[in-house]
Amino acid sequence: MSTPHDTPAASYLIRGAAVLGGARTNLLLAGGRITDVGPQLSAAGATVIDAEGLVALPGMVDLHTHLREPGREDAETVETGTRAAARGGFTAVHAMANSSPVADTAGVVEQVHALGADAGWVDVRPVGAVTVGLAGKQLAELGAMADSRARVRVFSDDGMCVSDPLLMRRALEYVKAFDGVIAQHAQEPRLTEGAQMNEGKVSAVLGLAGWPAVAEESIIARDVLLAQHVGSRLHICHVSTAGSVEILRWAKARGIQVTAEVTPHHLLLTDELVRSYDPVYKVNPPLRAAEDVQALREALADGTIDVIGTDHAPHPSEAKDCEWAQAAMGMTGLETALSVVQHAMVETGLLGWADFARITSSTPARIGRLTDQGRPLEAGEPANLVLVDPSARWTVDPQAMATKGRNSPFRGTELPGAVVATFFRGQPTVLDGKLNSPLRAGGAGSI
Amino acid sequence: MRHLLATEGLSLENAVRILDTAEEMAAVGEREIKKLPALRGRTVVNLFFEDSTRTRISFEAAAKRLSADVINFAAKGSSVSKGESLKDTAQTLEAMSADAVVIRHWASGAPHRLAESGWINAAVINAGDGTHEHPTQALLDAFTLRRHWSRLAGTPSAGGNLAGMRIAVAGDVLHSRVARSNVWLLQTLGASVTLVAPPTLLPVGVEAWPCEVSYDLDSVLDRGVDAIMMLRVQAERMQASFFPSPREYSRRWGFDDARLARLDELGLADTVILHPGPMNRGLEISSAAADSPRSTVLAQVRNGVSVRMAALYLLLSGNLHPEPAPGHRAATTSETAL
Ligand SMILES: [Zn+2]
Repeated sequence: MSTPHDTPAASYLIRGAAVLGGARTNLLLAGGRITDVGPQLSAAGATVIDAEGLVALPGMVDLHTHLREPGREDAETVETGTRAAARGGFTAVHAMANSSPVADTAGVVEQVHALGADAGWVDVRPVGAVTVGLAGKQLAELGAMADSRARVRVFSDDGMCVSDPLLMRRALEYVKAFDGVIAQHAQEPRLTEGAQMNEGKVSAVLGLAGWPAVAEESIIARDVLLAQHVGSRLHICHVSTAGSVEILRWAKARGIQVTAEVTPHHLLLTDELVRSYDPVYKVNPPLRAAEDVQALREALADGTIDVIGTDHAPHPSEAKDCEWAQAAMGMTGLETALSVVQHAMVETGLLGWADFARITSSTPARIGRLTDQGRPLEAGEPANLVLVDPSARWTVDPQAMATKGRNSPFRGTELPGAVVATFFRGQPTVLDGKLNSPLRAGGAGSI
Repeated sequence: MRHLLATEGLSLENAVRILDTAEEMAAVGEREIKKLPALRGRTVVNLFFEDSTRTRISFEAAAKRLSADVINFAAKGSSVSKGESLKDTAQTLEAMSADAVVIRHWASGAPHRLAESGWINAAVINAGDGTHEHPTQALLDAFTLRRHWSRLAGTPSAGGNLAGMRIAVAGDVLHSRVARSNVWLLQTLGASVTLVAPPTLLPVGVEAWPCEVSYDLDSVLDRGVDAIMMLRVQAERMQASFFPSPREYSRRWGFDDARLARLDELGLADTVILHPGPMNRGLEISSAAADSPRSTVLAQVRNGVSVRMAALYLLLSGNLHPEPAPGHRAATTSETAL
């Protein structure tokens, strides 16, 4: 597809960036790739970007994004959600299947994929539903979605748990045919009927129906055993409890092919916040206790949890401007993820920037089987990268975000770290901390 | 203190002030002219998202005895059918210049939302929210208990507290806003509280509450108790497997005739029986117990008007000490804890 915005093959010389927080160097980007890396680069005609004091990281890859289109364009569109992603330092997102219609056919995943390509801010990789309509009754046409132009590799009923053990077993087995992975939203439905918040000391006082940790842990325990039995890949979405971490640690020690993600908000916030009854803190899985937060941080540091997934879940304001029990579950996350993870993991000394790149880029890309993402910042690699100012401090203002969602639990919070620039296949989607312009088909970055 | 949302976090000072003011209001209620001009020209709205004729008429009588204008607003909508939003309703009341909103809601926390969202400037009184709190019920219970406890001690009720009083609260604690409000308030007033319930009807996390917990009503009686508060239990809880049958519930946790007789055998002549109403006679309380001289059920109803007069008067005249709302105290990220 050609558009009037097609740009000539611009090149960029990034000067003085600390790659993965290491030694300062220069990177030359041209034709959508990193063409050279070294201390003595110069390039006539290239736009020079002063990156003194900035850290260069591979573009972030989100395994868990709700873009809401088709069907809930009042909450988010592929265009607004991917703008938010670019601003947050992402070059790829996985769009969850709980749209309307559900992304359970080749037609819908191809539509979402095409909307993402037209928008041009990041790679949009649709996630296919595991079951028809997320109803948990019958497998969706997983093979057709895998074979479609969207080349789906991650399948999830996220929002709903694939709770039927036999159906889960079949799904795990079936996707082996095309190297797929089932991403499970671990929530035992009977144990969470009407559940409103983490079950514990705070729910007891607030009189809100409890959401027990065991509802998550029992499904994870079952599914790692199923994955072992059938020799399949399993991914656990948004792990939220200390007990889940213990089960995953055990499963990994046994060599089970399980990967796990944690959201930025579960690394920082606790259920104490629910005392305000402000639905901005209502999320699935719920905010847990401080001991859980600590266990999640340690698990992310020691590799028991593999990746960050934002679970970016924008909602229109009326979905949160109400009583707690009436409110929708979910928080925005794309534009705060980097800062929250820096705050919770890097500034606490638990992880360095190379680890940050692993948990936000290379490992999620590998789980999603994205070959052009999560690559090292080396000559010849695709130019998907982000420049971060780790010394910046900013106060979160949901009104100033690119997402349509105003439901950020971090509003008013001062966070470290700012995305200065994002390059998506050589195209600066973000420059000087502001949205620049998307990649146009046939333009600078086509490779 | 601008709102009365919960007894959790209510200071002893403010609790005693409300109870003392309620004593003065009760004295007015015994006069021939029961009306005070205190809130003349002020508007009190009873905003009920959940039916409760008993609570509404109690607040209505309280406001009218203080000469306030009363508007009853029965809002549509429930946990299953979404009606007019709380926000729209609040803004309507704001446009009507409500000075106080008495809110009853099926959703825990709805009064907090109303008080803290900026939708409205009125004082908010929680008249029962979901399974969270029902602070005026606890205040009227405490008022009733304090009168009884002072009478036994031969001291005036005003200025007193419940120090040394042993109180058992028995029944469906899990779903009871009355239990929650009473645990906090009675403990603040110096009583020692024991919750008695089947394990399925106690919340996970109850171990952190300032009270004891027992599964055995008889052993709690045998240990000696000065007051027993029976909570309403809904037979429908049986369907959700909280207990096997109403019969079994009643045998183990109901205040039946045998337990009424047991109080006499134990020589607990001054022990009173409270119930917030409406009662399920034959389930959590027998008719003989409900109608016995130990029962304070009717006094509780009477005292409810005095306590609600006191709450309305003190909030609208700004005569309570400042204290943070419970929701504000811990509203930080986890960082302090980590
Ligand atoms: Zn989910």
